[in-house]
Formats: sequence, C-alpha cells, structure tokens
Amino acid sequence: MKNNMNSILLAHGSGGKLQSDLLEKVILKYIKNPIINLLEDSAYLSCFPKGCKSKIAFTTDSYVVNPLFFPGGNIGKLAVCGTVNDLLCIGAKPLYLSLGLIIEEGFDYEMFEKIIIAVALEAKSAGVKIVCGDTKVVEHGKGDGIYVNTAGIGEIKHYFSPQKIEAGDFIIVTGNIGDHGIALLSERQKMKFKTPIISDVANLTGIADILFKTSGIHCMRDPTRGGLGGILKEIALKSNIEIEINENSIPVNPGVNSICEILGIDPLYLANEGKFVIFSKEEKVVSLLRRTKLGKNTAVIGRVIKKKQKGEVILLTKTGGKRIIDIPRGELLPRIC
Amino acid sequence: MNKITDIKLTDSLINNLYRIANKNYIIMEICGTHTVAFLKFGLKHLLPKTVRVIAGPGCPVCVTPQKLIDYAIDLSEYAIIVSYGDIFRVPGSFSSLEKVKSTGKDIRIVYSITEALDIAIDNPTKMVVFLAVGFETTAPATANVLIKAKKLNVNNFFVLPGHKLIPPAIEYLCSNGVKANGFMLPGHVSTIIGCSAYQSIVDKYKIPCVVTGFEAIDIITSIYKLVEQINNNDAKLDNTYSRGVKWYGNAIAKENIATVFRTTDSEWRSIGCIPDSGLELNENFHKFDAMKKFDIKLLNSTTEDNCCRCGDILRGIIEPEQCANFGNKCTPEEPIGPCMVSSEGTCAAYFKYGNIY
Repeated sequence: MKNNMNSILLAHGSGGKLQSDLLEKVILKYIKNPIINLLEDSAYLSCFPKGCKSKIAFTTDSYVVNPLFFPGGNIGKLAVCGTVNDLLCIGAKPLYLSLGLIIEEGFDYEMFEKIIIAVALEAKSAGVKIVCGDTKVVEHGKGDGIYVNTAGIGEIKHYFSPQKIEAGDFIIVTGNIGDHGIALLSERQKMKFKTPIISDVANLTGIADILFKTSGIHCMRDPTRGGLGGILKEIALKSNIEIEINENSIPVNPGVNSICEILGIDPLYLANEGKFVIFSKEEKVVSLLRRTKLGKNTAVIGRVIKKKQKGEVILLTKTGGKRIIDIPRGELLPRIC
Repeated sequence: MNKITDIKLTDSLINNLYRIANKNYIIMEICGTHTVAFLKFGLKHLLPKTVRVIAGPGCPVCVTPQKLIDYAIDLSEYAIIVSYGDIFRVPGSFSSLEKVKSTGKDIRIVYSITEALDIAIDNPTKMVVFLAVGFETTAPATANVLIKAKKLNVNNFFVLPGHKLIPPAIEYLCSNGVKANGFMLPGHVSTIIGCSAYQSIVDKYKIPCVVTGFEAIDIITSIYKLVEQINNNDAKLDNTYSRGVKWYGNAIAKENIATVFRTTDSEWRSIGCIPDSGLELNENFHKFDAMKKFDIKLLNSTTEDNCCRCGDILRGIIEPEQCANFGNKCTPEEPIGPCMVSSEGTCAAYFKYGNIY
C-alpha cells in the first residue's frame, strides 16, 4: 500500500503524524505481537525460563549491504537471519529481536514495505519476536537507502565455544560456500550469468535444532564476512590448534568457482549468510544434516590435527600441495588479468 | 576426469621431474597470475628442492611507477578517476587512490575499461580519466575503447597511459645478467602477442623459454620442459599452453594496439627505465591523453621508495623472505613497496600463502 506516498520524507522520522502513519500502516501492519503492540518506550520481556536459572545471550549487528535487494533476499531478510544465526552459533535459542531502521530521505516507499515484509516473514520462520524498534530518517545523500540494525536476545541452551575444540575434531561445513558473496558481487557489477548465483541467506534454526540434539558438538560459527578461510583462522588462533582442510572436500557451487577464477577471487574468503562451520567430535551429524533442505550439501572438510599450536590452518590443495590459510586482508578487489 | 586437477596426473608429472632434476635450477616466471597459481596450488611444496621457481617483474601493478599514481591522485581534483581494483591501494609518493577516495574524491573501480567509457557517457558534464595499466593483456581493451570513443566523439574521456610490454623486460633481464636458467612465459600476454614475440630473445640469449598456462598441470609440465632443455643444453621456445596461445597471437588485438599506441621508453617501478617497453598514445589519439589534456605539474612526488628491496625481488635477485622488511615492517596492511600491495605482487602472494616448510 502506497498511502499516496512514493518515498520516505524527513517527516517520517520526526515523531509526528507521518511517523505514526509509517509505523501503523507499514511496520506494525506486518510485525505484530503482544509485546511490540504495547508501543512502550521499552519492551516488557518475561524472564526465561521461570526462575531465571539459565543465562541469556545478547548480540547486535548492523546491516549496510549494497545492493539492498539481491538474488535470494534483501537487507530485511539478512538483518533477521544474521542476528538469529549469531545467537544459534553459541548454542542459544533466539527469542527476541529489536529492529532499528535508518532510512535515507527519498527512499522508495514500496521498497521499504518490501523490506519490512521480509523482516516479518523471516522472524516468523525463525520463531523470534520483534519486540522493539526505532525509525530515523536522515537527509538525502547522507545514507545509502536504508541501514538496518537488529539486536537479539536468546536463551542459552548449550555451550559451544572454541575452547571446547579437541584434537581429532571433524570440521564440517553445512553447504556450498561463497554463494552470498558472488550473488552480491554479480548484482553490484551487473554481471549476467545464464544461471544466476542466489545468495544463501537463511536462518539456520532448523539446522541448529539438529545440532542442539546431537552430542559431541564443540564449536559452531557462521562464516559471514571473511568467509570460511577467515573463520577457520580466527578459531585456530583463539583455541591454539592446528587445522588441516582438504580443498577437494570443500563444497563450492561450480558457477561460483568459475566466477571466482575469472575475477581472481578465492571462494574461501567470500561471505556466506546461511552456513555453519561445525567442530564436532563425531562425524555422524553429517548424515542427519544432509537430510535437511538447507544442509543437503553438508561435508566434512578437515580435521583438527593438534592442540597447543600457533593456530595454523593448512590447506591440502587439489594438486596434492600444501599452503597456509591466513586471515583475509583488505577488501576483496578484482585483479587486472 | 577433471584433467586440470587430476592428482594422479600431477603425481606422475612430479615423479618424472624428480627423475630428471639432477642439478640446481632457477626458473623465473614473469606473470602475477603464475606467482599466485604456483603458491595457491601449493606447488612449491611438491617440487624437488633443487628446482627453485622465482618471480620476475610480472605483476603490472608492482611495476607501475609511483609518479603515475601521483598523477592520478592530482587529477582526482578535476575528474572522476577510474581504474582496476589492483591499483587502488598502491601507494604513490604520499597517498593512494584508496586514501584519496576516503576524503571524498570520486574514484571508481571497474572490471573493464568499457565501464569507464560508460561512466563518461553517463556523466557528460564531468571529466573521466582511466588509469590504463597492465601489460599486453589489458592494452587491447584500452585500444578498443579508445577507437570506440573516437568514433562516438566522446570529449570527456581520457586515459593516463601506463601500459607496459613484456618482451623488452625479458630482454632487459637477460642483458643484465639475470640469475635464471629458464623462463616460464606468461600465458595471458602470449595469447595476444603470440609465441613468435619471444623467438629473438631465445635466439640471442640462448635461454630456455616455455609459454605456460595457469593450471597446476600447465605449470608442472612447463617446469619439466625447462629442466629438460637445461639438461640438454638446448635452449628453445616451447609452448605448453597451445590451447590458448598461437604462434602469431591475436591479430585483431595486435592491430588495435598498433592503431592506438606506439612504443616508448618506460619507467618500471623499482627497476628503472627499459627501452621501448611502454605504450604511449599516437598522434591520432592525443586528444584522449590525460597528460596532454591536463597540464599536470606534480607538486607532491618523490623519487622511488628507498630501503625497499622490491627491485631486487622483481629481478629475481632475492626472494621475499630475504628482505629484512618482509612480514614485519612491510605487510599487506602497511606495505612499504609495491610487491606487497597487489594481490599478485610477489611479496603479497608469499605473505598470503606462506611457506610451510
């Protein structure tokens, strides 16, 4: 619904009639639950579970993705999935999210509505409630269309941490890597491919439900910015382990691989928005994950070789050679030739 | 069968290499993509210890002189500056395009120069300058776009010409006593100029040369062929990348280069001036030359970096690890010399992929 309005005005953020219109006719139209419906200055949340014995997880993330709409999703979906997945990674069940919106004056009203719809749908799918929020409008030229921040609260059900990793742990990735990075890059560069690469953006509550029920899971991470390579190196350094991964076992969509070769980009460093990297004592979880839609390409990509090391990540290349995986440095830039 | 990465084939090639590599060999590659491929495939770890592969001046960004970056930075006062991603972080005398972008200058990264012409057409009230760097691989694209710009009579599009040529650089290395016993010749460049471009070098300096592709098997096969030539004391020009490289190269690309450019002496960063190793716009295309359009007087420019051993690395005199700055004072975040900046720079590649053993 356009409400005779084509774009967002500064007045939509200045606390008056237009702001309450925006709130009621768009945001609360799609996002409603007994907590946010009260429209208080803060959300009233009950302690969980009763008696507050368990710990809570609390996280926040800001989303400034460009382009705002990309194959497979948009900034709204991303803002819910990213924060939900961050909660899941440490073993928490996501419960509540906040939604902060910074909109640039002149932003298309219909696009805004589409983003809010995506937020609402994804929150529903992840089983979280959006319980508070804020909307600000900045002058034209001072934003990039829209920025979104979500903070999330979850109830800690399990304790996953790099500190728990042991020598011999299997390193598992829940599907093809690099799809999100390439989907964004090709959209940004207006590159056309016969089979477009779709972002993997997804909330991983289904995958996490399986992992929460499986014994022997030591650590989980979502390899977003910095990619699989970045996250493995970070974990190796944090837990002083030596990791060996096998290039042949790393699942990569052949289309992503080809684009990476053309552009001189390493898929190991491309962002993912719907994958977990898991350190598990046992391998059996792989077959369980492969039965799920989001985890059908799950693969064991390597092992933890030793503890008490300097944090080396070694890649066994397809040709039988070896090289180290380091943290990514700077922005990924295309090469000349 | 995935021929390119077939591990059995790689294994058997490596075994053959072990069989014939009975003395010390130094092989130089002259292509940034080879530098990266060699380390990325982990080949350093697979080769016999007696076979050393060193990187020559094959990274176009690394050899782009500091002054050209300074010109581009100065021009960003008046024009939209467009170039390839690799050049973005390379330091000029006092700044880089990345740093001036952060101060609000309009600097854009493109994958192809055609996008730069589109930017000019879309912004008729603004000047657009393309920083044209690269070897014979990117020069044909620059030539094509300038031919098109001339046809369309685009008046706000210019290039800062920085293209360089590979054969004169190899000749320079040979005539200055390069340590290498053989050259792995660049696949992409050779696709354009053809194998024939190197024949005179092989004849004159009696040095083994093999045109090489970019898969692990291409590289290992070339190393094998070079070792064989060295053993037999029989220097010749070989081509293991015949699926991409022909004897005379790409006639249309060569013709377009000849239409737009002429050769000139050119400054190679950290190496010096190499005769006839650069391309400048010829008379018919002078109107697109940013150097001629804008009267640039560099106020902020210094001579080349001191205390940096990039020049020695680019000539194969030392390997990155032998430079005292490598990995401590000089890192990809805080590069001292150009070899640490481009992703295909020798030092950056060594730093990234590391030396396991």
